[in-house]
Amino acid sequence: MSDKEELEKAFKAWEEKTDKALAKHPERKAKFMTGSNTPIQRVYTPLDTEDIDYLDDLGLPGEFPFTRGVQATMYRGKLWTMRQYAGFGTAEESNARYKYLLAQGQTGLSVAFDLPTQIGYDSDHPLAAGEVGKVGVAIDSLEDMETLFDAIPLDKVSTSMTINAPAAVLLAMYIAVAEKEGIPASALDGTIQNDILKEYVARGTYIFPPKPSMRLITDIFAYCAREVPNWNTISISGYHIREAGATAVQEVAFTLADGIAYVEAAIAAGLDVDDFAPRLSFFFNAHNDLFEEVAKFRAARRVWAHIMKDRFHAKNPKSQTLRFHTQTGGSTLTAQQPSNNVVRVAIQALAAVLGGTQSLHTNSMDEALALPSEDSVRLALRTQQILAYESGVAETVDPLAGSYYVESLTSSIEKDVLAYLDKIDAMGGAVRAIEQGYIQQEIQDSAYAWQMDMEKGQRIVVGLNKFQAKEEPPKGLLRVDPSVQERQVAKLGKLKARRDNAAVQACLERLKKAAEGTDNLMPLILDSVKSYATLGEICDVLRTVFGEYSPSVTF
Amino acid sequence: MDRKIRVVVAKPGLDGHDRGAKVIARALRDAGMEVIYTGLRQTPEQIVNTALQEDADVIALSILSGAHNYLFPRVMELLKENGADDILVFGGGVIPEEDIPFLKSKGIAEIFGPGTPTSVTVDFIKEHVKLNLENK
Repeated sequence: MSDKEELEKAFKAWEEKTDKALAKHPERKAKFMTGSNTPIQRVYTPLDTEDIDYLDDLGLPGEFPFTRGVQATMYRGKLWTMRQYAGFGTAEESNARYKYLLAQGQTGLSVAFDLPTQIGYDSDHPLAAGEVGKVGVAIDSLEDMETLFDAIPLDKVSTSMTINAPAAVLLAMYIAVAEKEGIPASALDGTIQNDILKEYVARGTYIFPPKPSMRLITDIFAYCAREVPNWNTISISGYHIREAGATAVQEVAFTLADGIAYVEAAIAAGLDVDDFAPRLSFFFNAHNDLFEEVAKFRAARRVWAHIMKDRFHAKNPKSQTLRFHTQTGGSTLTAQQPSNNVVRVAIQALAAVLGGTQSLHTNSMDEALALPSEDSVRLALRTQQILAYESGVAETVDPLAGSYYVESLTSSIEKDVLAYLDKIDAMGGAVRAIEQGYIQQEIQDSAYAWQMDMEKGQRIVVGLNKFQAKEEPPKGLLRVDPSVQERQVAKLGKLKARRDNAAVQACLERLKKAAEGTDNLMPLILDSVKSYATLGEICDVLRTVFGEYSPSVTF
Repeated sequence: MDRKIRVVVAKPGLDGHDRGAKVIARALRDAGMEVIYTGLRQTPEQIVNTALQEDADVIALSILSGAHNYLFPRVMELLKENGADDILVFGGGVIPEEDIPFLKSKGIAEIFGPGTPTSVTVDFIKEHVKLNLENK
């Protein structure tokens, strides 16, 4: 009898014996499922992983298909970048928070912009009323950007900016600030999110319709390949898709579908895949289902490597690697018993590290209530540092590889993701699937199912629908000073009075002409920001030429 | 009376977080109400116009961007100006506890924080709309 036959026989006998005992000692639940509704077996054995070919499916770290990680030494070489998303109020206040975080041992910056900035409105726009400086820092012009990065060495830190529809404008401002400090664009390291498709689907800060939005994105790809070679030109994001209610499988599937759409757009714009693909980066969520999350990251790497190699014929291994940032799951945090969130964040951060993330943001315990206070941000950063320096999980590469369960789950997520990708391909790709509302509907259905499961007690959230406690309202929450808007508007007024308005108009006129044609818009946007044209003025020019996106509303 | 309760679920301001608004909209519909969801980026003027046009009994406002202290009272002012302040208005989202007394003083009937079961919201609407009708 072969080893396999022996195992099958032993397993069958064990299963019969165990099933018999169930009458007396039933399991806790009739069905065990992952968050993506994949059934979980009682136990996993070599029988569940026998289809896996080690070299083809897992490979070695840093080698195709990168299941085990994108670098050979992973965290033995360099720990992940600890990068807390931050920003609120004015540029001065945010600059102070960045300096505080760097002093606490954070290794990269991550800029949160307020909603008017993200939607391309200046602080004095009527729609900005009440929103200025609330969920991030208000940036109207290069002047604000100079303040935001004052005395921060841009050639030494890497900076991630959560900016999408007006990403070209904020990147141009960053380049201009560096230039003024004598730092060439080629020395800059960082990321712009620049992922408009997930804005249509899940995050909502879109401005222009898909076609001109894709053009802005591919203009950035082309410009950065020449001028800012170390810049991550896009962060293709599953984070917000997951927060909107998607399952882990949907998160990966819809993100990679968006990724395919960007690669196709860039190739259609005449770019060579290996010129831009090495700078594509990704952004995922980490929720509480530890093993499913780890398997998700591993599956995402394997699927993307095959897409880039087999479908787009990328030759450079860097074009085939899925590098990603992770943020722990905001929607998993509870306003009830907020200190419980510290534990959730630790589990989620562990999942990200076991999954091989390149950088990590850990949420603060008070984020279901308000923007995080300084103390709670420090605790969140300390959580990462404890994982990095005390837990031992960073000392070997991909430590969960070979686990019958994790490998089996990795393969099952891969299979489910590929099924979604086939379906989206058949619809004509991600842009069409979004225009038809398919992706939005899938996410909404998952969000509603999750809520109903929770209300029926089929999903337990500690402190929320079980183990509740009476509590005092939390104290010490961060409040954004409501005078931010007045101060910001006054500053903007002074700038407009002071700058060379004829030069601004000339730049904007040239930008308009270029937008009507097909030239790369980045150099013209860079000239405009250097003339101190405001974000709102630049976006208004583009709105005139491109029009605005109007979504179809479903629920 | 067999007329269904009519609810406008609205997202005031620039906030794009609409998971909660959509879940609430669906739960209210499943509970037998007539639901109009406005979509994102609604000004207080647009929300009040929609409520008037749709002859709404209820407006449900969802916001997670922190702009509630400006936008919610503005909706209430406009309702008053239009003689429509009998419409039941409540809010949800990330709203600090200490802001709730101020919002209630402006006429917001209730604030439902994160983690509120949809059944609580459904019951709240049914009870208050009934009271509103009896008082008419």
